[in-house]
Amino acid sequence: MIPVAIVDYGIGNVSSIRNMFQRLGVLAEISSDPKTLASAERLILPGVGAFDTGVNNIRQRDLGGVIRAHALERKRPLLGICLGMQLLFESSEEGQEPGLGLLQGSVKRFPAEPGLRVPHMGWNEIALAGPATLFRARKDDAFGELSRPLSYYFVHSYYVAPTDPTDTAATATHGVTFTAAVERGNIFGAQFHPEKSHKYGMLCLKNFSETVPC
Amino acid sequence: MLRPRLIPCLLLRDGRLVKTVRFRDPSYVGDPTNTIRIFDEMEVDELLFLDIGAGHEGRTIDWKLLEGIATECFMPFGYGGGVRTIEDMGRLYTLGAEKVVLNTAAYDNPALVSRAAERFGSQSVVVSIDVKTDVGRPYVYVDGGRRRTAADPLDFAKRMAEAGAGELLITSIDRDGTFRGYDLALVERVASAVSIPVICCGGADTLEGARAGIRAGASGAAVGSMVVYQGKNRAVLINYPAPKELRDAFGAGSR
Repeated sequence: MIPVAIVDYGIGNVSSIRNMFQRLGVLAEISSDPKTLASAERLILPGVGAFDTGVNNIRQRDLGGVIRAHALERKRPLLGICLGMQLLFESSEEGQEPGLGLLQGSVKRFPAEPGLRVPHMGWNEIALAGPATLFRARKDDAFGELSRPLSYYFVHSYYVAPTDPTDTAATATHGVTFTAAVERGNIFGAQFHPEKSHKYGMLCLKNFSETVPC
Repeated sequence: MLRPRLIPCLLLRDGRLVKTVRFRDPSYVGDPTNTIRIFDEMEVDELLFLDIGAGHEGRTIDWKLLEGIATECFMPFGYGGGVRTIEDMGRLYTLGAEKVVLNTAAYDNPALVSRAAERFGSQSVVVSIDVKTDVGRPYVYVDGGRRRTAADPLDFAKRMAEAGAGELLITSIDRDGTFRGYDLALVERVASAVSIPVICCGGADTLEGARAGIRAGASGAAVGSMVVYQGKNRAVLINYPAPKELRDAFGAGSR
């Protein structure tokens, strides 16, 4: 089985994610072929851009089924990144199309407030909540020395609002305190870009590469 | 809270890293790939690569070099130099660049800025404005500081923001590589005239100097000599403040 497959649905740059896995010594394959994706131990749903474009691209390539089966039937680990995480939810204020609905909740726009620059772009600190599996570091490994609180690189105008607050694995603040990462069983999501957050992001992808079906 | 960014601005020429003084006399600093690895280790906020050779003397974008850079760059990066078309830009984003920097092309063809913003989103389009003072008046320069235009920096900055630029890189040619500090008056005028983030560039000497740029209204401070040289004798040494130093200088409440 392929340890990690990155879903290529024609949206955003996927090579940076593969490069980081390569650095970690984990084989990650970029693919838009349902058969290849179905044989992966872990799936990554990346994505940059508009919600409806993402939904439509997944539909056109007929990839919704394989993503759902992976996460819900086989209970294999799935990680959505940026728009990829937003697509795991039911709906978005950015579009009309329904999301994948693997997690309950919706996607909201940052409020229009004077002095609040949108998109939220740059490095921000996060606060962890719940098990936060992707952020675990051992004192004795290369990630034990990361300065806390952990910081990540964000670029987005919308954020997810999970119905069940325990789905939130990390929060960040930009005008409002919002969900920066989610975790529910085998389903994970990051609003930030781990592939652009050097060691901090490598920690997340390394932890994800060690997750198992549940 | 978002922290202001401290952005090493690295100049490329014929596949090598160089540093200029007032846009002239490029001196060799090192190998780009090695330097990126060091900056990655130092947890750099973001990197900016400007190829000062591309676009001149028939030279174009060095795609092979950029592929190498993208493979090593586990942090956000922008690229500028010889970018002329939407196709160039698309290829750069696919390669892994977060941002593409337009300078001469934005001046000669402002429609490119609008089209790029529509296609790729404003946040990924940076317009770089090089400013030099002639007989007491600031002018926008293009072609790597070789061509003076009739444009006033403030007017041009506003026009570019309206066209859809997501960020402006304001560089003082007069201060480049001089360790004299940013042109704070220029930064302040531009930052207060537009609502998009402004990155100040040219002249940074110390972290305190970078902070002055932020206080003048910049969202990010670009640094060149400061992070590739040790001291004013210009001994090459790649350096960058430790995360704690940066947090203390730029963190919430530091302004």
